[in-house]
Amino acid sequence: MTDLFLSMKNISKRYTGVKALDRVDFEIARGEIHCLVGENGSGKSTLIKIISGVVKPDSGARIEVEGDVILHHHSIDSILKGIEVIYQDLSLFPNLTVAENISLSQTIASRSKIINWRRVREISEKAMARIGVHIPLDEQIDNLSIADQQLVAICRALTSEVKLLILDEPTSALTRKEVESLFTVIKDLQAKGIATLFISHKLDEVLQIAEKVTILRDGKKIETLPSRGLTDEKLTFLMTGEKMEYSRYTIDNRHEEPLLEARQLSIQGNFRDISFKLYPGDILGITGLLGSGRTELAEALFGMNPFESGDLFIEGRKISIKSVQEAIRLGIGYVPENRLVQGLVMNQSVAKNIIITTITRLLNKFKLIDPEKRQRSITRWIKNLSIRIPAFDAPVHTLSGGNQQRVVLAKWIATSPKVLILDGPTVGIDVAAKSSIHDIIRDLAGRGMGIIIISDEVPEVFHNCNRIMVMHKGRIIAEFDSTVTTEEEIQNCINMAS
Amino acid sequence: MKNLFKHHETYVLLVIIVFSAIITTINPNFLTLENFFDLAKSYSFIGILAVGVTIVLISGGIDISFTAVATVGEYVMAVMVIKYGGNMFTAVLLVAVVGIALGMINAVLIYFFNIPTIITTIATLNIYYGILIVISGGKWIYALPDWFRNFADIRLFTLRTAQGLEYGLSIITATWFAIIIIAWIILRYTKLGRGIYAMGGSMNAARRAGFNIFGIQMFVYSFMGLMAGIAGLVQALLVQTVAPNSIVGKELDVIAAVVLGGASLAGGSGTLFGTILGVTLIAIMGNGLTLMRVSSFWYDVFIGLVIIISVGFSAYQRREKVKRTILVEGE
Repeated sequence: MTDLFLSMKNISKRYTGVKALDRVDFEIARGEIHCLVGENGSGKSTLIKIISGVVKPDSGARIEVEGDVILHHHSIDSILKGIEVIYQDLSLFPNLTVAENISLSQTIASRSKIINWRRVREISEKAMARIGVHIPLDEQIDNLSIADQQLVAICRALTSEVKLLILDEPTSALTRKEVESLFTVIKDLQAKGIATLFISHKLDEVLQIAEKVTILRDGKKIETLPSRGLTDEKLTFLMTGEKMEYSRYTIDNRHEEPLLEARQLSIQGNFRDISFKLYPGDILGITGLLGSGRTELAEALFGMNPFESGDLFIEGRKISIKSVQEAIRLGIGYVPENRLVQGLVMNQSVAKNIIITTITRLLNKFKLIDPEKRQRSITRWIKNLSIRIPAFDAPVHTLSGGNQQRVVLAKWIATSPKVLILDGPTVGIDVAAKSSIHDIIRDLAGRGMGIIIISDEVPEVFHNCNRIMVMHKGRIIAEFDSTVTTEEEIQNCINMAS
Repeated sequence: MKNLFKHHETYVLLVIIVFSAIITTINPNFLTLENFFDLAKSYSFIGILAVGVTIVLISGGIDISFTAVATVGEYVMAVMVIKYGGNMFTAVLLVAVVGIALGMINAVLIYFFNIPTIITTIATLNIYYGILIVISGGKWIYALPDWFRNFADIRLFTLRTAQGLEYGLSIITATWFAIIIIAWIILRYTKLGRGIYAMGGSMNAARRAGFNIFGIQMFVYSFMGLMAGIAGLVQALLVQTVAPNSIVGKELDVIAAVVLGGASLAGGSGTLFGTILGVTLIAIMGNGLTLMRVSSFWYDVFIGLVIIISVGFSAYQRREKVKRTILVEGE
């Protein structure tokens, strides 16, 4: 290939004993949209860090950009070669203004040691004009929304002669609409000859945008394939090395009394006339776009945002839930969407996180925590959910995403709820971890718990729920029985509504 | 007008005005040019250190060792000029070399061992000061040369009070002002200065953006060292004796002044204008309490209260701001 932009050969990286990358070869052509997929720990981030010059590869590596061998490995060398990375955390400076953030790469690259504030503004205005956005130049970054911050990061990348833009999980904090407009920007850049390397866990997005897909597994490159003709299943297989079985979840339980029944629940401006029944063993999926009212509904059921009208019954008994404490006492558990922010105390140990919801049950007669009961409870949950931890007292932030999610689950299951609400239970975790979380959920339902899964991902609710409700603008617009519907039917229903 | 009240500095300025008004009504001697020039001279020492501390705080670090650096610089300078003679130029050169060298040691330790800056500089404070005491035996130096004594009395311009007393802008105060202007230009108009803000805002992002982190840290701590050296010299000029134990222990006064001026211990924010106000506030409180004949023991209590109110107030404002952004995003 003549118009190769980046060529990497024999890239290895060893971190104290662990081989993060093992003799990987990797290429990107000019103007190509390329996706990098792989499970957590497969070496994706290390590869990006090497491309961007943040990490030095082990000896023996050969990196060429436009035919020139790269010898130095500093981020500034890559930037000068036209490689820009937008990390998941966006790497913006919260204390600086929009204009300064956008023009910063230019400032660093320029030979002048003096700042010209007029030029700072010009550069930023030009970059914003390129993708047609308007954000106040003098606003401080930490006053902006995440989507705007991302636009600032992209504008910053566009200020230099960028030839390769690397996006690390750019879509995880965006709504579907924002993702679409991001993809338009990427296509637009492609037309200008700018290549994009895109990293994502969401395989449907990968297949939608990419021309080529490179799969990494355990630090080794498995293959680079054109995305045409690839399917979710094939990709999953290549990423995990095992065939995922997409069995469906079905259950016959209508003869029993419902665990939870909602009649005409409403909150002004959030949702209206929500009615459903949840039976023991049910896994009820609620899907719909972000902003459809699904999260608000979950929060109402959990007492965080009490409903204004309508009735709620638990095991036939009419109840009202005004607070989280009440919800927990009534046997409702809730695992929020953003596990990092709401679910866990990141610096505390796994053990402490697990027992936090059940601490009052672990007291002895002096009202002190009984060490024996405590240990028993912890060991039980770590074993039951097969959480892989280095030690009981390891802080939660040292665990992988999948294991963190398991800790959150353990924390709530330990309260032995009758109804467990899971909002986005597998957001941001890899395929293998996903399926093991799904196994846990099915197992809980099998023991008679009623479970509600709220998710964007239609395949997730389709495969794991026996009933699926679609919400739109605060109302339930359709309900499906998973035995008599198809994934396409549900997807179509969502698309038609929006 | 609304924009004005978004700035921390506005509130500090208001407090200064209110305090000044109160003090003046009790003792009219406070609001005189004479008192102003006198105060500016005697607070030059803290003011110069505060410039260094501001830059360190903006960069996201903290330096505790600067009082030890100032002491060592002052002492070495005094011993050398007494023993070998010299002039003001050699004195400045000596404190600069000692200050920058000790600052560089801090920077190297911080960068290569990646120890939190507060721990590193607490340790070096003890080491620098400890070595000085061991070698000097803690002896005071009185016999400073005449040219050194005379330099302290130089005024850029001189005025007379109604009673015929001379006063004016001391060369010491002028040095402080010059330092502020240089530091302001560095922070506002150089790549290095913006790098210091960027690093304080997000170390990771700064590294990825291609800033030379080691270079920036080297500058920040060397500059702090230089400021400490000059402050040591200023102290010697002001009191005309060199006492090894007279500066160490004042760290917190300086840091308090800078924090009062709005610099955050979390890094990334702070302005020299704020710092000037912070030092001014501390100065008029010290001076004002004396003029109002309040026991000087109350001074520390007042400083403490003002810090709590000031920092608490900014934290409250920040929380309100966060609340507002969330509401907007939810719409």
